[in-house]
Amino acid sequence: MRAGAASQPEGNIAMNTAIMTETHTISDRLSKNVMRNVTERIIEGLLFAAAAVSVLTTVGIVYVLVSESIHFFQNVSIVDFLTDTQWTPLFDDAHFGISVLISGTVVSSAVALAVAIPMGTVIAIYLSEFANGKVRELAKPILEMLGGIPTIVFGYFALLIVTPILQKIFPELPGFSLLSAGLVMGIMIVPYVASLSEDAMRAVPMSLREGAYAMGSTRLYTAIHVVVPAAFSGLAASYILGISRAVGETMILAVAAGMQPNLTWNPMEPAATITSFIVQVALGDLPHGSIGYQTIFAAGLTLLLITLVFNILGQWLRRKYRENY
Amino acid sequence: MQKENTPQLKAQAREFNFFYGPVQALKNINMPIYDKKVTALIGPSGCGKSTYLRSFNRMHDLYPGNRYEGEIRFYPDNTNLLSPEVDPIEVRMRVGMVFQKPNPFPKTIYENVAYGLRVRGEKNRRVLDDKVEQALKGAAIWDEVKDRLQDLAPNLSGGQQQRLCIARALATDPELLLFDEPTSALDPIATGAIEELVHELKQRVTILIVTHNMQQAARVSDYTAYMYLGEMIEFGKTDDIFIKPQDKRTEDYITGRMG
Repeated sequence: MRAGAASQPEGNIAMNTAIMTETHTISDRLSKNVMRNVTERIIEGLLFAAAAVSVLTTVGIVYVLVSESIHFFQNVSIVDFLTDTQWTPLFDDAHFGISVLISGTVVSSAVALAVAIPMGTVIAIYLSEFANGKVRELAKPILEMLGGIPTIVFGYFALLIVTPILQKIFPELPGFSLLSAGLVMGIMIVPYVASLSEDAMRAVPMSLREGAYAMGSTRLYTAIHVVVPAAFSGLAASYILGISRAVGETMILAVAAGMQPNLTWNPMEPAATITSFIVQVALGDLPHGSIGYQTIFAAGLTLLLITLVFNILGQWLRRKYRENY
Repeated sequence: MQKENTPQLKAQAREFNFFYGPVQALKNINMPIYDKKVTALIGPSGCGKSTYLRSFNRMHDLYPGNRYEGEIRFYPDNTNLLSPEVDPIEVRMRVGMVFQKPNPFPKTIYENVAYGLRVRGEKNRRVLDDKVEQALKGAAIWDEVKDRLQDLAPNLSGGQQQRLCIARALATDPELLLFDEPTSALDPIATGAIEELVHELKQRVTILIVTHNMQQAARVSDYTAYMYLGEMIEFGKTDDIFIKPQDKRTEDYITGRMG
């Protein structure tokens, strides 16, 4: 009986109680608490359900994008999709060259990142290494508030304020341009890059900075040669987030960059991006199942793949340059 | 005592007080540091020995609200290290420091040791190579790392990292080297290696070492200072302090009745 009780820990409670009263091998305190186990299971189930919702949503989105895109690629060959230099899905003479939209996305994102990465990094270095506590406490919330401004407001800011100013410098600049939209998009991304980079730099232990100061370095030398390399994985993560924001940004581009598909690498021209094309088409009344309707999903899938590549790159950078202190 | 030559002074604290904001952490410290000797600072936790050590390279200047009073004279030029006119960066160029926890920079072994030289503007590759090798040899780690100077320093073992940090400090030929409990994060074998190193280093550099380990103080130091509650209770030759302490409090601490 003793041996049986010991080798049967999962046995039902009635049996356990019977064994206990009979042989006194397990005290009341050590016996299984049924209620506790049940609550634990319920909590675990709830937590799992919460996690599952987000995973299932992602799976659902990917499923819809892929299945609709399959219909699209039954009508349009992948080679045409990737190599055609025209994007006229709604014309009678329809062309489906996604490179036209990708060029708009790449140029506007490049302009935005050329603003956001240097500015964000410099702000982060200032806040983390130079600013005193009071300045930081004041500046960081204001900076993060900038990240809370709706992007449509940024869009009109680009169209009605930044573009006219740029036109004074470049008189030939058209009313809609990738340059203007990209610059404002860069300003929009600055808070994300700055805030995350600052967190990464502040996480660098003080002992590392003290080591650098003890060698006679100035604050700037310490920041550039010790703190930034030590925080590199965090900085890389913030840059990747910035890239993803730029590639996925819609409203600023829809408002300020014009929506004509235009295969160009010149930021001074107007052009549609993947996102602004989707907005434009989704607003029109296209019949469900038409080729125009399906282009949205093909474009959306392309966008998803681009951001996926950057996320994987980010993960890889994180692992390669993990916090080495 | 009288028949031995008195060694030369390297530094001397005179009526030195230190404040963390309104809190006085060090009270009227007077103490000589002799040239090319090892001086140990012992005392219970919170007695101010690390605070005192970190005054020698003005580390307290990094944080707001700290205040020095009095002098730490530095010889042979008789500079007051604490004077507001003295640039703390210049002080740190002359006074090296090794920390409690090894803190190699996230760079290669070579770049860690070359760091101080680069801060001082050295660009000549041959000079750098030469000084890096000398420093690594001086810190008794050359043989272990000479074939992998381009590896990242944080991948070394704890004991190797600490010797690398010593090499980093040695590379710039400091006049005074501060050790803040350099072996408290290390195992006994690595500790033995560091202690041996300290013993060899005093041929070329003056050493001030904070330690919690009284056997370590007895083993490595020529002079010992016992501190308690921000005061310097007793200073003397290590043998004298450990064999016949003059102050009852020192005796209690050394014999383990307190602290």
